[in-house]
Amino acid sequence: MPSRLVSGIRHIGHRVIEGVWRLGVASRFFILVLLKSGTSLRRFNLVIRELYFTGVLSLIIIVVSGLFVGMVLGLQGYETLQKYGSESAVGTLVALSLVRELGPVVAALLFASRAGSAITAEIGLMKATEQLTAMGMMAVDPIARVVAPRFWSGVISMPFLAAIFSVMGVFGGYLVTVVFIGVDEGSYWSQMQSAVDFRFDIMNGFIKSCYFGVAVTAIAVFEGYDAPPTAEGVSGATTRTVVTSSLVILGLDFILTAFMFRGVS
Amino acid sequence: MQRTTMDLWVGLFVVMGVIALMILSLKVGNLNVYNPSQSYVISGNFENIGGLKVRAPVKSAGVVVGRVTDIQFSTQTYDAVVTMSMDSRFLFPKDTFASILTSGLLGEQYIGLAAGGDETMLKDGDKIMKTNSAMVLEELIGRFLFNKATEDDSL
Repeated sequence: MPSRLVSGIRHIGHRVIEGVWRLGVASRFFILVLLKSGTSLRRFNLVIRELYFTGVLSLIIIVVSGLFVGMVLGLQGYETLQKYGSESAVGTLVALSLVRELGPVVAALLFASRAGSAITAEIGLMKATEQLTAMGMMAVDPIARVVAPRFWSGVISMPFLAAIFSVMGVFGGYLVTVVFIGVDEGSYWSQMQSAVDFRFDIMNGFIKSCYFGVAVTAIAVFEGYDAPPTAEGVSGATTRTVVTSSLVILGLDFILTAFMFRGVS
Repeated sequence: MQRTTMDLWVGLFVVMGVIALMILSLKVGNLNVYNPSQSYVISGNFENIGGLKVRAPVKSAGVVVGRVTDIQFSTQTYDAVVTMSMDSRFLFPKDTFASILTSGLLGEQYIGLAAGGDETMLKDGDKIMKTNSAMVLEELIGRFLFNKATEDDSL
């Protein structure tokens, strides 16, 4: 019995040390990516190519889910607000929840599962088929050539995707409440405009999505680069990307919200 | 050939993102309503601010002319000091009357300014002397009940 206990504690300790060790490697890798980003800025075509894969191809899922999230928000908000006779405030509800929280967070979650997993799988497979080693032998730095452009494309596209998500959501809310249910169009927009502040709501949402972009793509490229070079290793790394970045997004969102909206009405 | 179509799509994507941000700031947000770049700061002491919050609008004749930037409690006068940032296009006389009003029955509270007749205008850092505190519903009901009771007595 004691020996099993000891081995259990040893196992936990091993996991913790392993985790800390991995975090250190990840941080060093992140700094290395930043240091070697010069190439991707000089050869911006590399970033544009990756922007197509991470940004443009994520557009459909972002647009469709934004629309539906906004429609559901409008419907649910209307159901509750009409009990208090203030259904004209539904625009405020839709816009504030989208711009402050749902836009950046849901867009980042979708982005992590759509683009983050693809980045991990691609880099992991490149490593498994020894393409990265081959690049190194040709004196091409794989971090500068493969990793950095993918990182920057994610960082650039994330705020745009979040903004498009929010706009589609506001439009979806408009569609349901104004066009289908018949809330007054003028009060939908004017209540929204008087409640949503540019600096406090829109800029903070934008800053949030920038943080999420950095977090998701940093995790995705690290997991890909760190993946064991086997089929199983790549699949595990892809799963870890989605799980870790989702958790990081939600945790980071709480911290950022606590910083940004503390003491604001 | 493939490169150019990809560039086009990426360009479209960036344009869409920028347009989305512009829609958010101009159509959803209130960037065009109030521009705080040119402003002057005035303050006023209120006996009771009710539910007034920082960032609440300062209105005159229903038009937003400024925003509340800070609310502090003063231990010298034991009342609330409300600091407002005013749009410098709008100058108000020194004897302007400031009162805390409510938009609608349960709406947000804002500061309403009623211009006086003084020749000199309020400058940066000035203090509004004439203020009227917020209407607190409980006090109002209390006064109403009190009046009712005295009425009943006199009958």
